[in-house]
Amino acid sequence: MKVVNNKTKSIDGLGIMKGRKAYTDDYAEKDSLIVKVLRSPHPFARIVSIDDSVARNLEGIEMVLTHKDFKRIPFTRAGQGYPEPSPHDKFVLDEYVRYIGDEVLAVVGINETVVEKALGLIKVEYEVLEPVLDFENAKDNEILIHPEEEIHEMFDIGFKPKRNIAASYGMEIGDVKKTLESCDYVIKETFYTQAQAHVMLEPHTVNARMDYQNRIIIYSATQTPFHVRRIISQGLEIPLSKIRVIKPRVGGGFGGKQAIHGEMLVAYVTYKTGKSAKMIYTRKEVFESSYSRHPMRLEMTLGADKNGVLKAINCEALSDTGAYGEHALTVFMVTGSKVLPLYNKVEAVRFVGDIVYTNHTPAGAFRGYGAIQGNFALESAVDILCQKMNVNPIDFRKKNMMKEKETSPIFEIMGEGTAGTAMIMESCKLDECVDKGMDLIGWKEKYPRVETKDKIKSVGMAIAMQGSGIPYIDMGSATIKLNDDGFYNLMVGATEIGQGSDTVLTQIAAEELMTEVEKVVIYSSDTDLTPFDVGAYASSTTYVSGNAVLKAAKELKNQMIIEAARILSIDVERVNFDGKEFWDEESDKMISLVDLSNQITYSHEQKQLQVTSSYVGHKSPPPFMAGFVEIEIDKETFEIDILHYVSVVDCGTTINPMLAKGQVDGAIVQGLGMAHFEDVKYAKNGKLITNDLLNYKIPTRLDIKKLTTVFVDSYEESGPFGAKSVGEIGIDTPPAALANAVFNALGVRITSLPITSEKIFREIRR
Amino acid sequence: MKIDLTINKQKRTFLVEPNEYLLDVLRRYDYHSVRRGCDNTSCGVCTVLLDGKPVPSCSVLAIRCENRDITTVEGIEKEAEKLAHYFGELGADQCGYCNPSMALTVYALKRENKNAGDEDIKSYLVGNLCRCTGYVAQHEAIKRYLGDES
Repeated sequence: MKVVNNKTKSIDGLGIMKGRKAYTDDYAEKDSLIVKVLRSPHPFARIVSIDDSVARNLEGIEMVLTHKDFKRIPFTRAGQGYPEPSPHDKFVLDEYVRYIGDEVLAVVGINETVVEKALGLIKVEYEVLEPVLDFENAKDNEILIHPEEEIHEMFDIGFKPKRNIAASYGMEIGDVKKTLESCDYVIKETFYTQAQAHVMLEPHTVNARMDYQNRIIIYSATQTPFHVRRIISQGLEIPLSKIRVIKPRVGGGFGGKQAIHGEMLVAYVTYKTGKSAKMIYTRKEVFESSYSRHPMRLEMTLGADKNGVLKAINCEALSDTGAYGEHALTVFMVTGSKVLPLYNKVEAVRFVGDIVYTNHTPAGAFRGYGAIQGNFALESAVDILCQKMNVNPIDFRKKNMMKEKETSPIFEIMGEGTAGTAMIMESCKLDECVDKGMDLIGWKEKYPRVETKDKIKSVGMAIAMQGSGIPYIDMGSATIKLNDDGFYNLMVGATEIGQGSDTVLTQIAAEELMTEVEKVVIYSSDTDLTPFDVGAYASSTTYVSGNAVLKAAKELKNQMIIEAARILSIDVERVNFDGKEFWDEESDKMISLVDLSNQITYSHEQKQLQVTSSYVGHKSPPPFMAGFVEIEIDKETFEIDILHYVSVVDCGTTINPMLAKGQVDGAIVQGLGMAHFEDVKYAKNGKLITNDLLNYKIPTRLDIKKLTTVFVDSYEESGPFGAKSVGEIGIDTPPAALANAVFNALGVRITSLPITSEKIFREIRR
Repeated sequence: MKIDLTINKQKRTFLVEPNEYLLDVLRRYDYHSVRRGCDNTSCGVCTVLLDGKPVPSCSVLAIRCENRDITTVEGIEKEAEKLAHYFGELGADQCGYCNPSMALTVYALKRENKNAGDEDIKSYLVGNLCRCTGYVAQHEAIKRYLGDES
C-alpha cells in the first residue's frame, strides 16, 4: 500500500496552524443577533411569572423568548439513529427548570452588552421545588422530575417517567445465580464513576442566517450535522428542505457535540426574524448546561472455579442521566455490550439496571460511551478475584479472555438500543497486546511493586475492547467525482471533528484510485452538498464511512476503465490502469488519465463521471487493547505520580499510523483525567462547583511523563484495507489500570473515581 | 473610543468600548486566528503576543494596548509554517483550535530561551491546554521546532 498505512501528514494542518478562517464562529455574520440564555439558579422549580417589561423595551433588544413562545413539541437533543433510542423529554423552553443551569428564557439583542444588561433586568418568580440529587434514591422517589404528559419514547426503551426512570435494560445468559453458587471463588464489589466533562477547547457554537432562497443556513460545531437538521425540523416544524446545516472545522467533540445545544434557539430566532443570529456557550455553560458523562454505580460479582476459569459475571448497574435522557439507554447498554464479552468463556452472564432522572446537569455521549465505566468495574473486579484466588492477574486474563475466531453470545443479544448482531472475532490479537505490553512496561521486574525509602513504584494493567460503528443502523456515504486534469472531489457526510477523518478518508480514496492525497480534494459534512452520514460517533468513521469511500472509489475506477476502453477501442478486460495511465499490453494503445478526463469534459462524448456509494456495517468488529501503567506513590502523602503508560492496540490496519497514535495518546490522557485528575464536585443544592477550568483540573503537559503507544499487526477482513476503529478504545483502560496499580503498591482498593491521594489516605486509615 | 496600536507590524486604529477585551476587539476586526476557549484565562487558546510576551487576550482590556505592539499568528507566518511542518511530521495535529496560540507561545519561548529543555518547555506551555493530543507528539514537534535554526 502506498498511501494507506504510510506516514501521511494531516491534509489541513498548515492552514489551521496559520489561523485561517475555519471554525464555526469564524463564519458568523458580522451583524448577527446575540442569543443568550437566562439559566436556572434552582435545581428544580416551576416558573410562576416572568417580568421582562423593562428588558424587552431596552434599545437594541430584539426579543425575549419564553416557554410561551414555543409549541410544546417534545424532542431529544441526542443526535442518534432515527427513531432515537433516547426519550423525547425536552422542550425548547419549558415551564419547569430541572437543574441549575437549565434554560429559563432567552434574550436576543444586537450585542453582548445590551443582552447582558437585559438579562439582569428580568425578574423571574419561581416556585422552588424539592430536587432529587441522589441518584441512588431517584427511582420511585415521590418527587417526579418529568410529570408532563406529552413526553414519550420512540420505541420500547423501558421509559417510566412516573418512576423517574429514563430507560432500563436487562439480559441474562445462562443462570448466573446457580453458576455463582457452584463457583469455588466469588467476589462482589461496588464501584462508582463520576460525571466527567468533555472539555473540548472550542465551546458549543452555532450561527444562522436566511439565504436568498429563503432557506435557513446553519453553521454548527456539531458531530452530527444530518441529525441536527432533523431535530431542528422536528422541534420547530420547519420543513427539512428549508434547512441546510454546514459543519465547518470543529475544535474537538469527544461526544459532547453529539447533540444539539444552542441550535434550536438560534434557528428559531433567525427563522422568525429573518435576521442572522449566533450563540457561543461560555465555558461555564459548557460545564453546567451541556452534558457530562453518565455517573454510574456498578455492582460486580465474579465467580471462578479452582482451575482459574471465570464462570460467571453479574453486573447490576445504575446510571444517572440527570435532568434529561440523552443517550441514556445506549450508553448504559455499551457498559455491558462492549465490556463483558472480553471474558467470553463464562457459563453465565447477567447485566441489568436502570438509568434514572435526577436534578443534575444531564449526561450524554462521551468517548468510551459507557465502556469506560464498565471497564473500570470489571477490570478492577478481575484483579480483586485474582488476589482472592492468589493467581497472577495476567495469567488469569490470558486464560479467560477473548481470542481470535471466538465469539460471545452477548454480541447477538445486546446492540445499542436494540438487539445486537452475532459476529466472530476475525481479528483479535489481544494476547499479543498483553505480551508486548508486559515487555514495554517491564512487568516482570516491576510487578507488583518496588519499594525505596520514601516511595513505592508499582504497575497495574487492564484490557479493553470497543466497537466499529453500529451494525445495520449507522450509514455512511461518499461521492467521488473525476474532474478535468485528472483530479478528484471526494464529498462525504462523515464529520471531521479534529480526529483526522478528512485525512484518513482522503487516504482511502487515494489508495484505491492509485493516486496521491493531493489529487483528492475532500469536502465534508454539509447537508446540501454531501451525501448522508450519521456523523462522528460510535467509533464508526474509519470503518463505516471509510468502507463507503472505498466502495465509491472502486466503482469510479470501473467507470473510468469503461471510458478508457471506449476511447482505446479495446475490451474492458484488456485495460490496465496504474493511477496515471490506461493502456493495453498487446496493442500498446495508451491514454493518460489527464487526457481522458479532459476529453470527456470538453471534446468527445462528454460526461461527468461521479459515483455515490453507501455502506452499512453487518458487524462491529471490536478493536482491542492492553493498557499498562507504572506509578510512583509517596509513602507519606500518597501522592500519585504517573510515570509511564503503555498502550498496545489492535485496531486492524492503521490507515494513518500517526493519527491513530494521536487518537490513542489523547484518549489515554483523557482516561487518566477520569482516573485521577478530574474530580466533579457539587454543592449541597446541586450546584456544580467544578464549573470552570480552574476548579476542574484536566491533565496538563506537566502531568504527562511518558506514553508508549504501539500497534500490533492485525487485519480486519471487513474493514477498509483491513482497518477497525481507534477513536474510543484508548480511553477505557486507565481507570482500572490505575486502581490495580494503587492496589499493587499499597494493598488498598479504591472503588470510586477519581483515584486520589485523599481517598487512599481514608482507606488506609480504615 | 479610538485607540492606536501596532498589530503585526502595521499601525492601526481600533474603535473600542472602554470595557471591551482585546480578544473581542480582535475578532470583531476579523483576526479569526484568535479564539475563545474559556472565560477566565485558564486555557491559553486566546493567546497573543503583547510587546513580544504571550498574554491571554480574553483578560486584557483593549484600551490597555494603546500604543503597544500586538502579534497574532498572521504576524509570524513563517514560524507558524515551520511549526506546522513538525506538527505534521509527528502527527501532532488534531482539532487545531489551540494551534495558532501554540505557535505564538513557542515562538516567544524560542526567542527567550533557545536551549529550553523538556521541563522548561512544559512549564512555559503549561497554560496552553490541549484535550486532543495527550501532549506527547506536540512536545516532540516543539523540540524539533526549537532546534530549527533556519
